[in-house]
Amino acid sequence: MRGREWARPVRPVRREVLSATPELEEGRPPLLFVPGFGHGAWAFAEHWLGHAASRGFGAYALSLRGHGGSGPAPDATLRAYAHDVVQVAASLPRQAVLVGHGAGALVVAHALARYPARAAVLVAPVLGGWGTLGAALRGNPLGTLPALVGGPLRLTRRQLFSRELPEEQARAYVSRLGRAGRRAQWQLLTGRAPEPPVGDPPVLVLGSPDDRVVPAATLTRAARRFGSAPLLFPGMGHDLMLDARWSEPVDAILDWLQKEPTPSA
Amino acid sequence: MSTSTDHGRPDPDAGTLALTHDGRPVADRGDTVCVIGAGASGLTAVKNLKEHGFGVDCYERETGVGGAWNWRHDRSPVYGSTHLISSRPFTQFPDFPMPDDWPDYPHHSQLLAYFERYADHFDLRSHIWFGTEVVRVEPVAGDRWDVTTRSTGGYGPERTSRYAAVVVANGHNWSPKLPRYEGLEEFRGEIMHASSYKDPAQLRGKRVLVVGAGNTGCDIAVEAAQQASRCWHSTRRGYWYAPKYVLGRPADQVNDALLALRVPLRVRQWLYHWTLRLTVGDLTRFGLPKPDHRVYETHPIANSQLVYYVGHGEITPVPDVTRFHPYGVELSDGRQIDPELVVFATGYLPRFEFLDPKIIGDDEGAGRPRLWLNAFTPGHPTLAVAGLVQPDSGIFTLSHWQTVLFARLLRLRRTRPDRAAAFAGKVEAHAGERYSGQVKDSSRHWFEVGHADYLRAVQRALHDLEGNR
Repeated sequence: MRGREWARPVRPVRREVLSATPELEEGRPPLLFVPGFGHGAWAFAEHWLGHAASRGFGAYALSLRGHGGSGPAPDATLRAYAHDVVQVAASLPRQAVLVGHGAGALVVAHALARYPARAAVLVAPVLGGWGTLGAALRGNPLGTLPALVGGPLRLTRRQLFSRELPEEQARAYVSRLGRAGRRAQWQLLTGRAPEPPVGDPPVLVLGSPDDRVVPAATLTRAARRFGSAPLLFPGMGHDLMLDARWSEPVDAILDWLQKEPTPSA
Repeated sequence: MSTSTDHGRPDPDAGTLALTHDGRPVADRGDTVCVIGAGASGLTAVKNLKEHGFGVDCYERETGVGGAWNWRHDRSPVYGSTHLISSRPFTQFPDFPMPDDWPDYPHHSQLLAYFERYADHFDLRSHIWFGTEVVRVEPVAGDRWDVTTRSTGGYGPERTSRYAAVVVANGHNWSPKLPRYEGLEEFRGEIMHASSYKDPAQLRGKRVLVVGAGNTGCDIAVEAAQQASRCWHSTRRGYWYAPKYVLGRPADQVNDALLALRVPLRVRQWLYHWTLRLTVGDLTRFGLPKPDHRVYETHPIANSQLVYYVGHGEITPVPDVTRFHPYGVELSDGRQIDPELVVFATGYLPRFEFLDPKIIGDDEGAGRPRLWLNAFTPGHPTLAVAGLVQPDSGIFTLSHWQTVLFARLLRLRRTRPDRAAAFAGKVEAHAGERYSGQVKDSSRHWFEVGHADYLRAVQRALHDLEGNR
């Protein structure tokens, strides 16, 4: 029963969806990449989309409302973000694999309760709660404090990237970051935990122990919640899809998808 | 489209162990579940059973998905201008939303496109045998079922397969219900049931009498007002004609905002009457009878245009028809009118011609099965009926949860037989339960449900079944 939600449907906005499709359709499930707060679809278009397509997976990335090329939405909530993800997932030709990065992983976790995904991958997940705030304050006090009073959350390039990524490149990426809705930022801390996923999708958690946004302990906790252990990629920053060694995590995801027996097929 | 190599096809050579009582071989399909019908409820049944790890064979008499909503099907009741009565959030499957840039009340062709996408997205078509109709469904030992099928139209041999469970999703809006009237045979004008009404051109320039004030009857009356030279609209009683929009929002969304706040029925009725007075006004002034019931006591009618055309004099409201004469129709107030065309929008009856009525507790064969949650039959734990509900809202959400419940039940029969047995006991005890406030008794209202009450009941059943809470 979601009477309250039925009574107030989410207002539609223009959604940016970037895609890369393989030359040959091989019947593999499409992947839908969901960026975290501040990032847009461009973050995945940089490397991961093309790479997934070259390995025979249809790859799509969306920008949550208010991010990247999607329509503006200053009052966006987590529910609106999850709505965006489910809408795009349902528009794909086949049952999709949802891949969420950072706070996008929380959005994916919410979306899983509303859409039976083929599988889900949480990359460096920020699943919310007050612990997130503590970690963010420790990592970057000056960037985090304004977010508490409704200002934007600023992330620095040392938080997001390892030292292997060239300085100008990192600076260019950071300058492209946007900001999430004020209410969504608050809901990250105070919002309710996501409902259990529908359709029992297998879930993979991966991240980096040297991530300065998501501590390793959080990764382990997130993975345990879905009954597995996290895959770790040491020496990388929070933005695994943009960092210098971006190909390792995405290869790990695709290998896992190929190994994972698809349910009842 | 299916090909002969698809895994969903029963292989006639495999497992011909048993024989039917008349001596034909039966293909044993093991734990596979049979779904009858690939309309909205059938599709969601296939999807949910598949999601819970069951093999599924679905038989569809037509050549496409969508059932009643596919206008190409000869049993489809939709007409050219059919639009949804419940708004989008109530109509979609809960786990597969319609595109949010669609209108609040989509057109039936959009709905068909939606079902086709649903079938492709979850890869359901490989489970469906198109052009195959079910002739008989018979229980056999061990709570299993023999399903006999043949090609639609009766060509080719009959084939019998044995299934672990059956979901009946054959729909309830295809078998027209025609009331009996004295002198109907002598009537020289044209008579049609609303099911064969497709296009307003059928009404153009004629004197039309529309009988019945369901949503279809009102739609046809409105189209007759635009196209026909004269339109009478005959109703048994006065009804509440609700507008599709209230306060600038789809009316059912406003209603559910109140339901979510758990506003009691009496207060909602009072608010509703009050809103109608402000928007629609007093209908007796137009010659419409005063409703003899409170709102929420009959299936809701959402039509903003009917009252508008009555006000324009394009629709003449008339009382019930008493008898037909060769060139006229006599009304219950003694008046005589002379229509050329009579459209009976008098509804449909659910029919399960392939099933012994006793199985679903319909002892008189009157099309009123006795079920729990309108889906489960006492004594037959592996049979479920999907979509046999007449909700005051969208039906697909309801059949989705019905089939989820059935899939969980089938899974528990293997892993926790004790819980499944407890569930069967509950079916026995509560069969025939109703899920709505007080409603007027008629052949459509017996399976009327309030969507909120009904979904809460299904949710409770799910929680009990899973053993939490």
